[in-house]
Amino acid sequence: MTAIRNGVSNDVGKPSSTFLKSFFSFLLTFILMLLCWLVLSGIFDPLLLVLAVISSFLVSYYFYDLLFPSMELKFIGIFFRFVQYLPWLIWQIVKANFHVLYVTLHPRMKDLIDPQIITFKTHLKSEMAIVTLANSITLTPGTITVTADNDGVFKVHAIDKASAEGCPGDMLNKVSKIFGETL
Amino acid sequence: MNIIVIVFISFGLLFFLGGAIGIIRMPDFYSRLHPAGKLDTLATLSMVIGLALFNLHHFSLGTLLVSIKLFLIVFFVSLASPTATHTIVDAGMRAGLRHWTKKKQRG
Repeated sequence: MTAIRNGVSNDVGKPSSTFLKSFFSFLLTFILMLLCWLVLSGIFDPLLLVLAVISSFLVSYYFYDLLFPSMELKFIGIFFRFVQYLPWLIWQIVKANFHVLYVTLHPRMKDLIDPQIITFKTHLKSEMAIVTLANSITLTPGTITVTADNDGVFKVHAIDKASAEGCPGDMLNKVSKIFGETL
Repeated sequence: MNIIVIVFISFGLLFFLGGAIGIIRMPDFYSRLHPAGKLDTLATLSMVIGLALFNLHHFSLGTLLVSIKLFLIVFFVSLASPTATHTIVDAGMRAGLRHWTKKKQRG
């Protein structure tokens, strides 16, 4: 059934591999739904467990192509590299938060800040990499992504010179390493 | 243990306070979003870490589940907050609002 649905939308190339892909995304959605149910309910009666399995099966049967539209093997590597990237990101957020806190509480704040909009072009291609970089920039205080388009052109509003200068640098390298898009 | 919890929660309160003061003190629309959108994210993270640790005093399956639910809050906030900030900035840009610069203020 799933293979037929995918075969209509894509070209009819290799039915077995498309079936495998959609089965993987089905399985991932199923596991995620089941985990969500278990964490949110917290009751482990047999009846409720059976209901959990049935309902997450139904949801993942109908909507398997929403969360993980194209499941490929390289996503596993991306996921693990992304998890390795998270502690560095959190540390960056903490460091930069102290900076913004210092700026806001400074008595002569208007001398310290120097808002400016900078534009830079990156070589990122895939949508997921661009979204990750845009959200990382916004999460790091001092910089907000204004626009990011498909060509990898970013417009960033920075609150002072220091955060404007340190903006693309290190973070861009790390994100492009995650998604394997180094030049 | 209690001291760690207190430290985390007071850091969260400090960042929330800084965010609130920043919204009032910053000169224009775009720079107001900096403290509003982002100090809150770290404040939520730090407060939730404190609360989750406090909750794990009596370790059992129930308290563990509650702590995981608390971390789900952090996950969704840190996903939604940059997106919302980005959308607000984009709306301001489309409406044609210029950002505050030093020179204009001096003149």
